[in-house]
Amino acid sequence: MQRELPQRASIPFWRDERILKGLGQIAFVLLVLFVGALIFRNMQAGLARQGITLSYGFFDGVSGFDLAESIFPYDRNSTYREAFLAGLFNTISVAIVGIIFSTLLGVILGVSRLSANFIINRLASFYLELIRNLSLLVFLIFWYLGVFLKLPRVREAVIWPGDIILTNRGVGIPWGIPTASYPTFQLILIVGLILAVIVFLALRAYSKRTGRAPLTLLWSVLAFIVVGVLGWFILPEKPLTLDLPFVKGLNLSGGKILSPEFMALTSGLVLYTAAFIGEVVRAGIQSVSKGQVEAARALGLNGFQTLRLIVFPQALRVIIPPLTSQYLNLVKNSSLAIAVGYPDVFYVSNTIQNQTGRAVEMISLVMATYLSLSLVTSALMNWYNQRIKLVER
Amino acid sequence: MANSATILPPVTERSNILRWMRKNLFGSWYDSLFTILGAWIVYWAVGGFLKWVLNVAEWDVIIVNARLLFIGQYPIEQSGRLWVWLGFLVFLSGNSLAVWARSSRFAFVLLLLPAFLAFLFPFGDEPRKWLMILCLTGLAGWGIGRARPEVLKRSVIAGWVISLPIIVLLTYGLSESESSIVPVVRTNLWGGLLLTFLLTVVGIMFSFPLGVLLALGRRSELPIIRWFSIVYIEVVRGVPLITILFMAQLMLPLFLPTGWTVDRVIRAMVGITLFSAAYLAENVRGGLQAIPKGQFEAAEALGLNGAQTMYFIILPQALRLVIPILVGQFIAVFKDTSLVAIVGLLDLVGIAKTVLAQPEFLGLQREVYVFISLIFWVLSYGMSYLSQRLEERLGVGAQ
Repeated sequence: MQRELPQRASIPFWRDERILKGLGQIAFVLLVLFVGALIFRNMQAGLARQGITLSYGFFDGVSGFDLAESIFPYDRNSTYREAFLAGLFNTISVAIVGIIFSTLLGVILGVSRLSANFIINRLASFYLELIRNLSLLVFLIFWYLGVFLKLPRVREAVIWPGDIILTNRGVGIPWGIPTASYPTFQLILIVGLILAVIVFLALRAYSKRTGRAPLTLLWSVLAFIVVGVLGWFILPEKPLTLDLPFVKGLNLSGGKILSPEFMALTSGLVLYTAAFIGEVVRAGIQSVSKGQVEAARALGLNGFQTLRLIVFPQALRVIIPPLTSQYLNLVKNSSLAIAVGYPDVFYVSNTIQNQTGRAVEMISLVMATYLSLSLVTSALMNWYNQRIKLVER
Repeated sequence: MANSATILPPVTERSNILRWMRKNLFGSWYDSLFTILGAWIVYWAVGGFLKWVLNVAEWDVIIVNARLLFIGQYPIEQSGRLWVWLGFLVFLSGNSLAVWARSSRFAFVLLLLPAFLAFLFPFGDEPRKWLMILCLTGLAGWGIGRARPEVLKRSVIAGWVISLPIIVLLTYGLSESESSIVPVVRTNLWGGLLLTFLLTVVGIMFSFPLGVLLALGRRSELPIIRWFSIVYIEVVRGVPLITILFMAQLMLPLFLPTGWTVDRVIRAMVGITLFSAAYLAENVRGGLQAIPKGQFEAAEALGLNGAQTMYFIILPQALRLVIPILVGQFIAVFKDTSLVAIVGLLDLVGIAKTVLAQPEFLGLQREVYVFISLIFWVLSYGMSYLSQRLEERLGVGAQ
């Protein structure tokens, strides 16, 4: 029997996998480019009919609309650019306030879920089940229309202990007003900060040298607080005077007035996100095996030391990645501000777009803004995650 | 033997309520403090809420506007069509429960739900009648399923596959003429829970294949495809849904050739689909990563090509692993559809504004939004509870 020798000649190109893959990818690129070009041409034709050419030139025009609130200097004579920035600052402030409070509440919830106390445990699980099956939009609208706008009118304002005034025009809280010596006080605080950093570095060096674990963070924060308190009392004039809110005619005055929109948005976001953060925290703490705690106790660490040196650092490793995505969700969800009328970056952009008809420019700008906010948040959290990550050989 | 009397039996932990309370409520002084605090919160919250529900709240606004909340401005004389496809779905559910959860008593109770609803809530006569029919249809489906489970397995799946076209066709209608049995009902009349449901179902149905493709693309060894998938997934996950919905509403018409118009509801569906696909892709990718390399190698050794390996070997296992996560994602889609209210569609949340604008129901925001929250809560919780029960029964998601 004659056997054919295997052909050494190269495979024909239409059966060569490498070439096919390359061709497939080229075809894909061509398809994407074709569809992209089609979309772009249609868009240009559509815009041309409306007499618009794509450009951000309109950004220097005078906006002519008011914003209900802004921490960025803004009025109706400002440009669209400033309006956008004002919205951006509002978004960032909501995000910061939201992240701080939802983390605090979330940690409390997470720890409560693990509590041996029956009532506390059940209460936390009930809260979690309640919140996470609700639609955030409905939740926010409820807080706005159903709670903060339903507060009594200014004349019948409810006053909570600590001079917190609740009315349907906003919530007044005590606030500090800077006096003449405030700039000096700021300098003192900077000195305190530098001292805190020095203490922190020194203690860390000490810990590296001796292998002991001093309460680095506690001591540095303490140093900062001591300097601050000393500065407060040394200065001839108090740097801040307490300004209490009060009812003046049909409005609130003094202190810091938080609008119903801001209150509804932040409280809704905080209460909603905290439920998810609570779950993250619980999972993190549960991920530390019992043997770790027992080993720590066997080594003679006390309860607090076990928590601080053994459980917490390990739990943090599990907690940080999902916590990051919760923070990102909070930032993105803050765009629902439009439903309660809080002028965040999305709300402002929508107003600008309604006024100028520049839909393409504004939507791309807003998307780019949120994308960069997300990237910055996740970059920060990744950096932190890198630092606390398990160092393996 | 004389000694045995002195040996006491070991102390057994007898459980009685006092001991239990001692252990779980008053273990230490701060435990007791927390218990009292917790009890006070429960008393304050539950008491306050019940007092509001029973005494303060005026539920008339819900009863009068029930139709608006459930189907929006969908013509009442055409609403029988909606009951028909609902009946079809209930029948299929009964069938599926009988085929896959044969011995579950829970499933049977579930099928009686429409009847309970009809008696519990003050619906009109017409909905009551239809609810009873639904209940019977479900039971019939269940009975048929129990009688011939083997034969029905395929037809049930086929039924689920064609259910989406049936729903859409029945809701939208077949012919323009008024005289036909199912005349067209324009989408601007769709509203309330009906619209929310359709947006959710269409969003899930279309984003699922897209998400699987993106997940495969992200794990592809072809760099261009991989990078395209990565960029798409990360960009979409980095922006809020509401920006995508606005893009779909305002920019989609610009992207299409002159003369093409897209319905506003379809624009919203496109937005939801594109958004949810990116999240689904990440979930599916998790499942794909959990498949050991040996599976690929074994498939290759059997002579399967790339597509066959994926379709017959890898995807069935990967998807099975992530079913619980996918259900969570579907629930998220359901909750997220409420955002279409912001772009002006009259879904469950959007219609609330219409309800509250009626002069006789001014200032009843709490009642309306609590009711809407309740619908969202019951449906989301129901979905997750059901899927958990079924997963336990079928052993899905277990590794």
